[in-house]
Amino acid sequence: MRERIVLAALLAAAVALPWIAEALGTPATVGVATRIAIYAIAAASLNLILGYGGLVSFGHAAYFGLGGYTVGILWEHFRLNEPFLGIIPGTAELLVTFPAAILVGGLAAAAIGALSLRTSGVQFIMITLAFAQMVYFLFVSLAVYGGDDGLMIRRPNAFLGLNLRDPATMYWLSLAVLVFWLWLMGRVVRSRFGRVLEGVRQSERRMAAIGISTYPYKLAAFAIAGAACAAAGALWANYARFVSPDMMHWTKSGELMIMVILGGLGTLLGPVLGAAALVGLEYTLSGITEHWQFVLGPILVAIVLFARKGLMSLFGRWGPGNG
Amino acid sequence: MAEPVLAVRNLVKRFGGLVATDDLTLEVRPGELHALIGPNGAGKTTAIGQICGEIAPDSGSIRFDGADITGLSFAQRVRRGLSRTFQIVQLLDDDTALENVSLAVQAAEGHSFRFWRNARLDRRLTDRARALLAQVGLPEERARVRASDLSHGERKQLELAIALAPGPKLLLLDEPMAGLGAAESLRMTEVLRALKGRIPMLLVEHDMDAVFALADRVSVLVYGRCIASGLPEAIRADPAVREAYLTEEDGH
Repeated sequence: MRERIVLAALLAAAVALPWIAEALGTPATVGVATRIAIYAIAAASLNLILGYGGLVSFGHAAYFGLGGYTVGILWEHFRLNEPFLGIIPGTAELLVTFPAAILVGGLAAAAIGALSLRTSGVQFIMITLAFAQMVYFLFVSLAVYGGDDGLMIRRPNAFLGLNLRDPATMYWLSLAVLVFWLWLMGRVVRSRFGRVLEGVRQSERRMAAIGISTYPYKLAAFAIAGAACAAAGALWANYARFVSPDMMHWTKSGELMIMVILGGLGTLLGPVLGAAALVGLEYTLSGITEHWQFVLGPILVAIVLFARKGLMSLFGRWGPGNG
Repeated sequence: MAEPVLAVRNLVKRFGGLVATDDLTLEVRPGELHALIGPNGAGKTTAIGQICGEIAPDSGSIRFDGADITGLSFAQRVRRGLSRTFQIVQLLDDDTALENVSLAVQAAEGHSFRFWRNARLDRRLTDRARALLAQVGLPEERARVRASDLSHGERKQLELAIALAPGPKLLLLDEPMAGLGAAESLRMTEVLRALKGRIPMLLVEHDMDAVFALADRVSVLVYGRCIASGLPEAIRADPAVREAYLTEEDGH
């Protein structure tokens, strides 16, 4: 009961943030909070396979980029008024681009997962990285969509008459998607499917011994995670009004992993904390020194060494399983 | 005579130059508790591994419940009713005893592509899991303890409860008494005795008291080969068996 009250208070504070920022005269905070919310969605999606399923995917940024490029490419064809591949008309409607991004991310993850999940351990880490690099270089070489330079999106998508160029509106939209995704994930990880996933993390051998062939479950989780990460990418494209291959660079995959591990593997709110900590630290530390990563490194090491469940262990009983 | 539940025919497994399973032929008949004994390194665990599908044999065949299962995976064999326990207990250590068994009950109920309802609150799963824990004698108050915090004996009991969850047609028990104290060993013997007759079992065990107290028939494995198979009294009297195995055990 007390947990629910605290969660409701946290949510209320998050919703009120743009007004608070305005009152305090720090409007830039809204942009930082938007970045945190978007990265939190991406990190939470990685947490489903990494934290709950124990699948160390080192190519998760690929789906973030694919989601962003879905919005970007549909915008580009809308702008030029010529259909994608000669058949799919471009669009700048979020109600179309957002589901399209989710679909693209889910399908790509299903295809990549179908091959990668035939391996395990270090091979799995390397093969997911390799696929992500393939997608990265594909977009680097796609000159039609800006190649290395990326793609400008002059106008954010239209969405129910809202103005997504307004920072507060964009923030509330990202927050709403984050809350919805966390709620959905909270149900999934407690369901029968989620129990199987947690079993996969703990002992594949035990799962076989109770008669469960784990491959289809891992593949489904991988596809769901890819779809959700693409949703985050679609939001990013609208927030930054720019997409580039950097979105799917391997260092971005690493950042997402850091957020999950930093926040707390296999906890519902851990990735949100991790995203907030990483984006927040980057924002504050980079204001002090350009070598901010030099400071960030030891902080990460300390947390990984001393807190098994990351930042979530600071919250005692809300840690593992109760988040 | 009725068709055997399990029929292993001419099984061979080599690891490099070592023949771990050498033309092994073995039968488990309906309702019987069949013990597989042999000195250390005789290939008992390798044999169990091939029967359950974790190790692929080089040649030979395995029939189970009227069908050839030689080409099936471990999980597929479990779904057909072939359940096993491990010499070194394999549990989900972060989960409670009840959750471990509930998941096995869930697996036996069909696919788990169900994303919505909270599985931990599903009475269909937990009620059956509790009944199984009671059946193997794990006390009610231990059900909510994490598997990693249970004693070695309790972990052995828990694994047996998990193996019973699918309602198996055959149980492969790989040293269920290993590492148990005298009292625990006795309790496990009683649990197995209660199951005897209802579920056919293939028991690999070093504890000779338990073997001769429980077994309907005994097979003796030496260097991967079955050197004798028969009633317990006959095995005890067999000079070749005494030579290869029982005398060595006495020497300890």
